[in-house]
Amino acid sequence: MTRKKTPKAPPRAEPDAFEASVAAYDDASGSMFQILAPDGTLTRPDLLPPADVQLRLYREMRRARHFDERGWVLYRQGRLGVFPPFGGMEASQCGTAAALTSDDWLFPTYRDTGAALTLGLPIARTLAYWRTSPHGWAMPENLKVLPFYIPIATQYPQAVGAALAEQRQGTRNVAMAFIGDGGSSEGDFHEALNFAGALNAPCVFILQNNGWAISVPTRKQTKATNLSRRAEGYGIPGVRVDGNDVLATWHVTNEAVQRARAGEGPTLIETVTYRIKPHTVADDPSRYRTEEDNAGWAEKDPVERMRRHLMNSGLLTEQSEAELLSEVAAEFEAALQEADSYPDPTPAEILDHVFAEPTPQLRKQRAELLAEVDA
Amino acid sequence: MTATASKTKTMTMVAAINEALDLALANDPAVHIFGEDVGVMGGVFRATDGLQAKYGVDRVFDTPLAEAGIVGMGIGMGLAGLKPVAEIQFAGFLYPALDQILSHLGRFRHRTRSRYHLPMVIRAPYGGGVHTPEQHADSPEAILAHTPGVKVVIPSTPSDAKGLLLSAINDPDPVFFFEAIKLYRSVKEEVPEGDYRVPLGKARVVTQGDDVTVVCYGGMVEVAQKAAEAARTAGIGVEVIDLRTLVPMDTETVLQSVEKTGRVVIVTEAPRTAGFHSEISATIAEEAIEFLRAPIVRVTGFDAPYPPFTAIEDVYRPNPLRVAKAIRKVMAY
Repeated sequence: MTRKKTPKAPPRAEPDAFEASVAAYDDASGSMFQILAPDGTLTRPDLLPPADVQLRLYREMRRARHFDERGWVLYRQGRLGVFPPFGGMEASQCGTAAALTSDDWLFPTYRDTGAALTLGLPIARTLAYWRTSPHGWAMPENLKVLPFYIPIATQYPQAVGAALAEQRQGTRNVAMAFIGDGGSSEGDFHEALNFAGALNAPCVFILQNNGWAISVPTRKQTKATNLSRRAEGYGIPGVRVDGNDVLATWHVTNEAVQRARAGEGPTLIETVTYRIKPHTVADDPSRYRTEEDNAGWAEKDPVERMRRHLMNSGLLTEQSEAELLSEVAAEFEAALQEADSYPDPTPAEILDHVFAEPTPQLRKQRAELLAEVDA
Repeated sequence: MTATASKTKTMTMVAAINEALDLALANDPAVHIFGEDVGVMGGVFRATDGLQAKYGVDRVFDTPLAEAGIVGMGIGMGLAGLKPVAEIQFAGFLYPALDQILSHLGRFRHRTRSRYHLPMVIRAPYGGGVHTPEQHADSPEAILAHTPGVKVVIPSTPSDAKGLLLSAINDPDPVFFFEAIKLYRSVKEEVPEGDYRVPLGKARVVTQGDDVTVVCYGGMVEVAQKAAEAARTAGIGVEVIDLRTLVPMDTETVLQSVEKTGRVVIVTEAPRTAGFHSEISATIAEEAIEFLRAPIVRVTGFDAPYPPFTAIEDVYRPNPLRVAKAIRKVMAY
């Protein structure tokens, strides 16, 4: 009896050739929208927003970066739990969230601390969240920001519902939801885009393409090379924007928000950026990516880029920059002190907030739990 | 049981459900109904018949065909102040939405320390006995009952369906409302008119008896009733308890009956292993074992997918004979 030969695998393209073909396709399929080049010069000076907007965007990015940098230190000191860093993605998060008001909805993923801070989530509450304290879980009453979503893509359909509810209640408020390039492989992403289009929901979808779904690079996640084009399949506009250019992310998102408010429906915005840092503070990216992968991204840093521009244009001076940094640092330290003052939860809080009224079963379990911890 | 109206009207369960939805839409502008085919078509079982014409396409609307999208969108609507009432065409089609349900619907209040809550109702026809195609007859209630933060309601009569559905829609927390397909049109009874509520968490004693307690719900109540009637002719007094809601479960009513009878048969059409009947059984064992005169007997479906084979479907789904045999078994122990 002869064994069947295993069919030979088709020849694999050399990685270099593959990369080159991807790059070529990218160029052919539309470049990224950009206002500010990495060296801090303006490629679209005609789209420069007013000075106060520029300074606000810079300030938001500085606040976010400070959180990210201090977060690492606090984690190593055992004063913050595992959290996903976002340093390098400030333009992608702050520029987009800055287009909202406190009447709008924000559905952030676990990596979107910068976006939540920009909408106004207090730093102390954000620290408490990443300390796994209930004080960080109760979102503030004056904001419509949801807790950071851990499951991937589930927030997208929910944003459609919130947007639709605003519309049905006669407001002009919108919902903004975040997702990563990995999340755009989930079914919920596609269902949400389809629902939003079909129902004309005032929704702005931010797809942060940061290159990696933990260890899997975007090129292995999907054969698609321009994720913004996924919008076409659902009959809604898709925009690809330089995710490290805060002027570009703000401009494009602001337009999408205005369109949504005007009843013109949803938009998908792909912000092309990079996760320079590990997936979480507990992750070791040296197992799955090389220095080559990271090459060039430090030079595209969104904060430094905006700083150069503001310095060039005279909106920022060495002195005003120093003042800003010390204000941001002082704000953070005060918030840290506040977060330190939050008491630990008591054991029975495990059973709180399951239903408006505890069921007989929960009441019984509460008595059991209290008897056990008191014993 | 509370009734604000004294008048009644004879109707089927599906008509009672339609009337409850109609009242809910009329009473509260926050109520919105949506799902596949619920608009123009009025639902595959006509539970939403005429509601879109009456309340408009903003209040009663068709969605794209995607269950995760339906539940996920409903969660967002609930967050933003509406009372979403979603229809999932068949309970067996809930599975694509389980991530939304398990990850979010059940735990939103908890994970926001009550900053947000989800007053959402998900209606879904369930169960067998009417020769539906493959995957249309599943009984997934145990999956939901095992999910913290959601309630599970399963009516067995038209008046309960109306009263429980209005309670579910007015409940501040998410409620799954499973409707036995077999019962939609097979039973008619007098249903109170107007805003009529049956509270969640209160079981119904269907028939009283001193010898055996039969615990059941939904489509199995009429099966148990038939078995109880047969037992009565043999001189066995059967107390049939219709749970009405699995979460919260009315443990009190069940235990009181067990203390009286000392014998228990539990009937469901869901698969055997790890079903809600196991929860009922464990609760009785924990709380009332000293009253038991015989081992608890479960009459259930099998640990196999619900059969799409019309000729032998009735072998899977418990029938009065199987229940009667179980009653005889606990009597003979």
